[in-house]
Amino acid sequence: MRRRLLLPIPLFVLVSGCAGIQSVSDDAGRESGLIWSLFVLFGIVTAIFYVAVIAFLIAAYWRRGGSNQDGLPDEGGVTRERSLRTAFFLWTGAVIGSLSLLALASYFTDRGLASVNPENKPMVGIDLVANQWWWDVRYHYDDPSQNIRTANEIHLPAGVPAMISLKSNDVIHSFWVPNLAGKQDLIPGRINDIVLMPRRIGHYRAQCAEYCGLQHAHMALDVIVESPADFQRWEAAQRQPAPAPATPLAQAGYAYVTSRECSTCHNIAGTNANGTVAPDLTHVAGRRTIAAGTLPMNRAGLYAWIADPQGAKPGNNMPTVGLNADELHAVAAYLETLK
Amino acid sequence: MTVLSGKDLPRDGEQLQGPALDARLARTWGDAPGLWGWITTTDHKRIGIRYIVTGMVFLVLAGLSALWMRLQLATPENSMMTPDRYNQLFTMHGTTMMFLFAVPIMEAMAIYLVPLMIGTRNISFPRLNAFSYWMYLAGGVMIWVAFVLNIGPDAGWFSYTPLSGPQFSPGKRVDIWAQMITFTEVAALAVAVELVATILKQRAPGMTLARMPLFVWGALVTAFMVIFSMPSVALASSLLIADRLIGTHFYNAAEHGDPLLWQHLFWFFGHPEVYIIFLPATGFVSHITEAFSRRPVFAYPAMVLSLVTTGLLAFGVWVHHMFATGLPRLGYSFYTAATLAVSIPAAIQIFCWIATMWDGRPRFRVPLLYVVAFIVTFVIGGLSGVMQASVPIDLQVHDTYFVVAHFHYVLVGGAVFPLLGAFTYWFPKFTGRMMDDRLGKIAFWMIFIGFQVAFFPMHFLGLMGMPRRVYTYPTNMGWDELNLLATIGSFVVAAAFLVFIVNAIFSLARGAVAGANPWDAPGLEWATSSPPPQYNFPHIPVVSSRTPLWDNRNHLPVMTGLRVDDRELLLTSVMEAIPDVRDPSAMPSAWPLWAAMATTCLFISSIFTPWAVVIGAFPVAAALIGWFWPKSPPGPEPVIE
Repeated sequence: MRRRLLLPIPLFVLVSGCAGIQSVSDDAGRESGLIWSLFVLFGIVTAIFYVAVIAFLIAAYWRRGGSNQDGLPDEGGVTRERSLRTAFFLWTGAVIGSLSLLALASYFTDRGLASVNPENKPMVGIDLVANQWWWDVRYHYDDPSQNIRTANEIHLPAGVPAMISLKSNDVIHSFWVPNLAGKQDLIPGRINDIVLMPRRIGHYRAQCAEYCGLQHAHMALDVIVESPADFQRWEAAQRQPAPAPATPLAQAGYAYVTSRECSTCHNIAGTNANGTVAPDLTHVAGRRTIAAGTLPMNRAGLYAWIADPQGAKPGNNMPTVGLNADELHAVAAYLETLK
Repeated sequence: MTVLSGKDLPRDGEQLQGPALDARLARTWGDAPGLWGWITTTDHKRIGIRYIVTGMVFLVLAGLSALWMRLQLATPENSMMTPDRYNQLFTMHGTTMMFLFAVPIMEAMAIYLVPLMIGTRNISFPRLNAFSYWMYLAGGVMIWVAFVLNIGPDAGWFSYTPLSGPQFSPGKRVDIWAQMITFTEVAALAVAVELVATILKQRAPGMTLARMPLFVWGALVTAFMVIFSMPSVALASSLLIADRLIGTHFYNAAEHGDPLLWQHLFWFFGHPEVYIIFLPATGFVSHITEAFSRRPVFAYPAMVLSLVTTGLLAFGVWVHHMFATGLPRLGYSFYTAATLAVSIPAAIQIFCWIATMWDGRPRFRVPLLYVVAFIVTFVIGGLSGVMQASVPIDLQVHDTYFVVAHFHYVLVGGAVFPLLGAFTYWFPKFTGRMMDDRLGKIAFWMIFIGFQVAFFPMHFLGLMGMPRRVYTYPTNMGWDELNLLATIGSFVVAAAFLVFIVNAIFSLARGAVAGANPWDAPGLEWATSSPPPQYNFPHIPVVSSRTPLWDNRNHLPVMTGLRVDDRELLLTSVMEAIPDVRDPSAMPSAWPLWAAMATTCLFISSIFTPWAVVIGAFPVAAALIGWFWPKSPPGPEPVIE
């Protein structure tokens, strides 16, 4: 019993040390900061009540009846102890009072979260469309020719609010970047919005948080918060079409990708690969991971994925094409050039 | 045809008591010998035991599927099982625990205990009771057979649309899940109706509502909750079956259906279900605390009001499962308030149980140890529940391992610990023998410590970003050690259950023989022998307080005059339990089994073709006609006396 008494206190010590790229406590945005403060408040208040309950339980254990020495029950359960009745009403009052306070704190935090973009700054606009099991990302601008399409990775400028509209092409998914904000579901037939206000530069990880089928475990999204200048450079780079292949090996890969199975599903801007049902590959080599966080983006990852997409992520919608060794080398070499 | 007048019929009383009465009642209330008697019985105790044992088997199956999952999650990027296997396992674990273990076992305990606690000879509608068990068994067997055949459901125990719809879950897996819901809801509704009728009309004379044992109050509130919440999931699963089988579009957004409709209907049932599991458990806690503290439960009226309040508030909180779905933000605040309010009655109950110990003379035997473990564990779950009532906090912890930790603290701490205590406490009543104390304590400490090791780390995992329902996780997230720790804890819990089961089997054969009232407890169920005779009580007891056996330690007053040549019950008035009429109770019959078989054929074949509903209705109708066929000329009318 007493072992448990101390547990809620280390909870905060431990969790505050839980820095990470997918951590609720390591807040890097306005929303997650507000929520974490509220969490700590709730944690302290509930810990106090837990200590009170355990203290009462230990007291009952030590007392073992006290004045009630005969061990015979009192009439109808009415206690002889006035203090116990007083304690009953004090306890109930304390519970109701604290709950009211917590409810108010929760309400005002929620209002804080809802007052998106209070300074009415221009916002980054992103359409995020969830698919089984990857994220389709489109940045949209007043001038549609400036629009950007990518997949499984979003870049955000620090200090600038981003309005993300959330849609789904198939089942319900949930968008969750714990370092930046709470969850918001992506529901077919509906459009949900979430506004993020990232504050700290860094690399964070989002993961689908609503069970969405076979590969729910492999549906992550890299979130890169960078300085506004870096963000603009990234935007400019993304608007470029894919570079032309330079080496003979990459040219062979280019020929394969644009003339065979790959191009029916994938899009590579500037080539005749213009499929729309799979992640955009125009700048795939510039991203951090392959297949929504399944493999790291490097030569080994590319080889593993292209040769056997069903090995790392069984059940996903990319078929095993059956490339021979030469084709595999060529395709990997070409994709590596798509920075 | 001669009609006997009431006076001529043999009744219990001064002329007929002692062994002669016992023999006469045993002849009237006994079952046929052997297998036929086992099939046809309408005895609430035999059916209750059957229900309890079946529920425990499902607990073991669901526990084994949890162990298997924990093995997979013990290390990162583990390839021990395919995602398909894992998804089936967590669906089976949740579905079995909620629909085939937790709710049925609480009703099973009520089926056995309530008639004894209120001093009557049998539950009301005893054949419906038998039917209910067969339906429950058929539904459970069906889904587990499907799992063994590798066509187990894989859309989660909550089966969110459109993932569970025809487009994204082709095949028969989800149909089997949805039809299992149909089986269990028929079974649960039947028991709920029986319990309401039994509790309101069959209490011993003098057992006014204000003297009713707290478990009976819990069973009554629970039964009403089942009656009001089950239709919601019945509707939800029927619409899902219609979408899948006959091409309707209730949940299809592309055809103006709404996937969120499913969530509303499911959680309107799903959240009350948690209290359907919890409230009977609070009854166990009250009875154990009272008996081992040697003092009536502190503040009985507050306890009753807490039960009723929880039952009402439970219907106003379902949207807290949907805070991330983007419903209107201000509306969410209402559900935060309602959810926080549910913790008020829980806090009052916790206070009253500890106060009972504080003011009594507690003896910390195994059942009371489980009560202490319940308080220590459940309160953590309750408090993390308070956290999640807040919309902003929920948006972070929703669908993470923090929630997994929370509801295991609430359900294992709040329902399984009390259930194990209750099992130990009433084991002598069920079997006539005591459970071994030493083995009981070993199992207790293992399960208590193992549980904390398994589930406490999950709070941190959730805050560190680990989502639920993932079959594996990457290695660089800092989740590895805590997951391994949780797996180790889960194996300690499994070992503890093994000790518990060994203890139960060993004690069944060799345990110390228990008398009628081995714990010197105050309730009516301890007034009859252990195990009780088929007719429960030779004479119907009369009650004048909440703790009848403590107040009438030497001589419990009884009421006589029930017929002994026919199965007869005493009905009393709803509020004050004033004797009202004598009423016949159904004889043994095999028709409930035939009816259940016919219904099972209809349900299972309707997974494959809608025509099964039409054709299958004929055998069901035939079985029901057989069931209700008048068997003898009516006896003398019940007499108001």
